[in-house]
Amino acid sequence: MTAPTLTNKQTIVALVENKPGVLNRVVSLFRRRNFNIDSLTVGRTHQPHVSRLTIVVDMQQANVQLIAANLYKLVNVIDVRIISDDPHVSRDLALVKVRTDDVESRNQVTAICERYPARILDIGTQVAVVEIVAAEDTVEAMIDELRPIGIVEMVRTGVVAMGRGTRIQDTDYRPAVPVKSNGNGYHL
Amino acid sequence: MLLTGAEIIMECLLREGVDVVFGYPGGAILPTYDAMAKYPQIHHVLVRHEQGASHMADGYARATGKVGVCIATSGPGATNLVTGLATAMMDSSPIVAITGQVPTAAIGSDAFQETDVTGVTLPVTKHNYLVYDVEELPYIIREAFYIARSGRPGPVLIDVPKDVQNARIEFQYPQGEIRLPGYRPPEKADERDVAAAAELINQSQRPVILAGHGILMSGAMQELRELAERAQIPVTLTLLGKGGMPESHPLVIGMMGMHGEAAANHAIQEADLLIALGMRFDDRVTGNLKTYSPNSRKIHVDIDASELNKNVMVDVGIAGDLRTVLAQLLPHVESNQHPEWIARIRDWQEDASDRDIIQYDTGDKLFAAQVINDLWRYTGGDAIIVTDVGQHQMLEAQYYPHQRPATLITSGGLGTMGFGTPAAIGAKFGRPDEVVWAIVGDGGFQMTMCELATAAQENINVNIAIINNSFLGMVRQWQELFYDRRYQATPMFNPDFCKLAEAFGVPAMRVTHRNQVEEAVAYAQSINGPTLIEFVVEKEEMVYPMVPAGASLHEMKRRPKLSEAKQ
Repeated sequence: MTAPTLTNKQTIVALVENKPGVLNRVVSLFRRRNFNIDSLTVGRTHQPHVSRLTIVVDMQQANVQLIAANLYKLVNVIDVRIISDDPHVSRDLALVKVRTDDVESRNQVTAICERYPARILDIGTQVAVVEIVAAEDTVEAMIDELRPIGIVEMVRTGVVAMGRGTRIQDTDYRPAVPVKSNGNGYHL
Repeated sequence: MLLTGAEIIMECLLREGVDVVFGYPGGAILPTYDAMAKYPQIHHVLVRHEQGASHMADGYARATGKVGVCIATSGPGATNLVTGLATAMMDSSPIVAITGQVPTAAIGSDAFQETDVTGVTLPVTKHNYLVYDVEELPYIIREAFYIARSGRPGPVLIDVPKDVQNARIEFQYPQGEIRLPGYRPPEKADERDVAAAAELINQSQRPVILAGHGILMSGAMQELRELAERAQIPVTLTLLGKGGMPESHPLVIGMMGMHGEAAANHAIQEADLLIALGMRFDDRVTGNLKTYSPNSRKIHVDIDASELNKNVMVDVGIAGDLRTVLAQLLPHVESNQHPEWIARIRDWQEDASDRDIIQYDTGDKLFAAQVINDLWRYTGGDAIIVTDVGQHQMLEAQYYPHQRPATLITSGGLGTMGFGTPAAIGAKFGRPDEVVWAIVGDGGFQMTMCELATAAQENINVNIAIINNSFLGMVRQWQELFYDRRYQATPMFNPDFCKLAEAFGVPAMRVTHRNQVEEAVAYAQSINGPTLIEFVVEKEEMVYPMVPAGASLHEMKRRPKLSEAKQ
């Protein structure tokens, strides 16, 4: 499935040093420059010293270039790609707690989940927790269908994305001095 | 060599070629101060307020092109540096600030004099560090100096907890290249961009070069001059670009912007090509962006890619080192003449000359513009001038033409009042062989006048000219023009500046008439130490031309024509 392109939504992927305060630097930059973040995810990579940010913004192409140029000004940012320019895959995960307190709603939820890359993680006589992992607009579509049944709680991870094929975004970065662990080995 | 963290700091400063540091001691930085005793090669200047230390480091950096260093303790010491860091950030000035921090075990506990300094200074530094591990310290200091001076320079802060300063390790100075994988300042331009820029230049009928601070920072003075002369392109300068090309050069048409030369602003508005070199289209330079230079193509070269297409959309944007890019560009630029265009600019210049207060017969009155023009005359136009912020700053830009780089030091981007006096002290430490004048207003001077004590203690040969109009002059000017002369909070009750100087042990003189200016300049420069000259000038004088905020660049408020005023 090709990742959907939504109006003016642009996805930026940044590799950053896994050091204390780096996430703060990125977020501070967006606030200070008045760039609105649609979603931001951060996580580890296969490299212990490198973390990966996926940032979705809703703005014109020219401004996204400015964001990339600004991100490069942060010393701890290793590599920035505007991934939405190229073929890529992207995924958003949502957990949706929805009302299932009668037969009709239970059947509806089950039927909706069959039509989406979704599954029911937990179901009872009052509510069910539904998980969906899909491209962002697919997640949106399913949430729209669940909404009339009665959503009582929801959480989304935000989008993670990766270039297709041999578009590899990686780095051989190693810190000059090994960063000492502060207990959990994760510093951002 | 077994060294403490504090000794490592001093050792690393020495290896970076630091000869002077500006600072103020305190609990959390005491180990580093104690280590200073072992490093007499590095002179420590005791300031009276940490803001002074950061401005001095900035003034030193701008005068020398080297990295300036300031030191403060944790908490209030560090927060007092913030204005100086923000000033250096906006004007791309390379400084390294070292601050003490509470011991690592106490971080986050609201310990005495604890502040999240890396958090506080994050938006006003190019980069900053909190050092948790003494092993990292030498690498961090080396990186900090490299980051501060390379690419688009800027301030870097290193926060060092007290226990890290006390920790002892086997010291080895880091060898080899500094590896910062994400930090890659651009150098060369893409040849296709160079060709596109050259084509625009060769085809242009009404080109203007907008030369900024980047000319000085990359050392592209010769290349700029070659470009201008070969294609006969008029050059207008930004405030921080002054000195990038000698202002006596016939192609230099003066400063642009809010208080720029009318000819420069008109030329920008009517140009068919802007060649913006190492400048960033600040709002004080462009006026209303919607009507800015509406019929021109635009070439923009800057070392910072994030400046391209930020305020003004350009046809050719090149991220690169200016000197390198101009060297690439020059072989493609054809010799050219633009006699009609130059003649048009000469007309604007003549009109401006007719409006110039210097031409007015002002009788017995002393005008700030005259004082500054006389300062230019009696210093041979060759002093290092450090200004504060306000009317006197703009008048300096108009009436003190600069012939060589790094002779005007001024807070352009942040517009920091209080910058002048300490920055002048820093500049003199960097260039002891030069005559240094601080030109300050009565308002800005009082913000950092405690540094008179620093100047006296160091017996540093800085001449301070206070342009005293007993007003916050520039704010008053805005109140006169836009707030119906309601002078809310702008009249100043001032101390007797000469008695004040005397109390600090600084020789002083008061000037109230124009015929005293020459003598006062000679007096100040005859004394080997700090001096203060107070110039009591007209109270309600204006700086013209002026582009009101939000107006188009050519919509300037002007002084009446002398030829018409006489009639």
